Amino acid sequence: MIPAILVFVYLAVVLYIGIFAFRKTAGGKKAEDYFLASRSLGSFVFLFSLFGTNMTAFAILGSSGHAFSNGIVTFGLMASSSGLVIPITLFLIGTRVWALGKRYGFMTPVQMFRDRWECGHIGTAIFVVQAVLLVPYIIIGIMGGGTTLNVISGGLVPYWFGGAIVALVVMSYVFFGGMRGTAWVNTFQTILFLLFGAIAIIVIGAGMGGFRSAVQAMQASPALAPLLTRERISPLYFFSYTFIPLSAIAFPHILIFCLTAEKMNHFKKTVIFYPLCILAIWLPCVFLGVMANRVTDVPQIRAKQEARRVLATQGKTMTPEARDELREQAAGDDVIMLLLQRYAPLWLAGLLGAGIMAAVMASDSQILALSTMFTEDVFAHYGGKRRFGESVQVQTGRIFVILITIFAYAVALRAPETIFELAIQYAFSGYAALSPLLMAALFWKGSTKWGALAVTVWTALAVVAVAIFQHAVPAPAPGPPTLIWSLSGYEVLTRTPGGTAVFGFMPVVPMVIISGLLMIVVSMMTRKPAQATVAKYFFDSRTV
Amino acid sequence: MKRILLVIAVIALYVLHQDFWFWRTAHPLVFGFIPIGLFYQGCFSVAAALLMWLLVKFAWPSHLERVVEQQRPEEEAAP
Repeated sequence: MIPAILVFVYLAVVLYIGIFAFRKTAGGKKAEDYFLASRSLGSFVFLFSLFGTNMTAFAILGSSGHAFSNGIVTFGLMASSSGLVIPITLFLIGTRVWALGKRYGFMTPVQMFRDRWECGHIGTAIFVVQAVLLVPYIIIGIMGGGTTLNVISGGLVPYWFGGAIVALVVMSYVFFGGMRGTAWVNTFQTILFLLFGAIAIIVIGAGMGGFRSAVQAMQASPALAPLLTRERISPLYFFSYTFIPLSAIAFPHILIFCLTAEKMNHFKKTVIFYPLCILAIWLPCVFLGVMANRVTDVPQIRAKQEARRVLATQGKTMTPEARDELREQAAGDDVIMLLLQRYAPLWLAGLLGAGIMAAVMASDSQILALSTMFTEDVFAHYGGKRRFGESVQVQTGRIFVILITIFAYAVALRAPETIFELAIQYAFSGYAALSPLLMAALFWKGSTKWGALAVTVWTALAVVAVAIFQHAVPAPAPGPPTLIWSLSGYEVLTRTPGGTAVFGFMPVVPMVIISGLLMIVVSMMTRKPAQATVAKYFFDSRTV
Repeated sequence: MKRILLVIAVIALYVLHQDFWFWRTAHPLVFGFIPIGLFYQGCFSVAAALLMWLLVKFAWPSHLERVVEQQRPEEEAAP
């Protein structure tokens, strides 16, 4: 119970920070102050809050859980590729969006798209797709909160109640503190979970008597040795994952965060330190997730391994429902907490549990971003701000925060999939496919609103198609994928145990490529915006 | 020339991420317990940070800051 008490203390501290931010803003009645902290964040807060907001429950729980099942490949799949792609997008796109936001007063990506392409309703279509894709990301936080509190309390706090507490705390500090509260809380949380990795690996390593013998024992086991290599994942699948981090800059909460920096120079530290921050948090979590396979005296971990073994040996003869049930039992989202319970002293398990909660609660900025988007892209755009004033606009944003949190919580109670799968399949692939919108708006004078609409519609259809396909065709047992469609001997479409493959690639690859092609082809066939509008977005470095 | 070299460096690092040469082996174990594939990807992250430092040092878009130093259009229009 001590760890759970420490986590509750941590939640109280987080709540206090949010309310302190509320007092600092004197009630936050100005939209730019509530939604963007008056574009005044310093470099330290900007780095840690931007990084923290991009690290969700899956940075600790999902990464170790994925590594528990798939091995060391998890780090290369998501972490190191993100460490390259995300800082580059911040460098190229983030800085430019910051400058445009500061100059023209944009508060959301859709505001910029509407102005850049001289459109109204197409902007609304982009808003709808962005909003629908963002909700799963919010759900991850609540699911992670429920799982974490349940495990840390040894089952005393049920999943539904843990999720409700996390949702309530996040909702409260976002409601009161707005962007300033969210950024401060994120900074505090990021420091906590960066410390988490180093401490966890030392404590668990000492508890296991060092890692050398564990690794050697894994190598000697035919069932576990592949987890120390990447032989279970195809190089094409590995390559596909490098497209996923394109989603980061297209996520509205990340792009909106780019608008909060006081100076463009604040991006410098963020760009340079981003890969190192990812290394610090992901490497220990992935390694510990793999090492959990050698822990034989934790009944819950043994039950997961047994479920995995049954799935591998008898999965082919089972019904899809029975396979799904076994997959759920084998999922390792809680292995890192089980390791802490086994090897860390109670008080330290509590502190580290707070570190996990810090990562889990990153859904705050997504909730705030959705609220910002709703009030700016819908309420203000369709005349609400003009009719009712800025104060009502901010109040509307706050009410929206409450509604979206309740909705996300209700879905989190019913969603059966693991944190990792839910995030990847819908939100990440969808946002990666939307990234050509930003590239075209900022770097191609010839892009048009019809090209933007084509990208948006394609993204929505592709995400829905993947979801329907995976629902209609059950995942096969571990082993070769199920071939659905082949052409001249080539495997075009297959259903894999983990999702879908198109020509061996994850769906995100064709989704991004087709998005880019649609933007080019449709824009070339349609009328460009006025020259004066385009000129606002392209600054010649020699003449400015 | 500087920019071309930086673009080449970015592409080279992206290609180096696909380290198929360590695909099916855990050996050598670095420090006796870190599989080589994991160690390589860790080093890759450090290399990415170094590359970002080079980009910031030699290709920073400082002209964007000058754009912002000009007043916002609505402020310019205000009396």
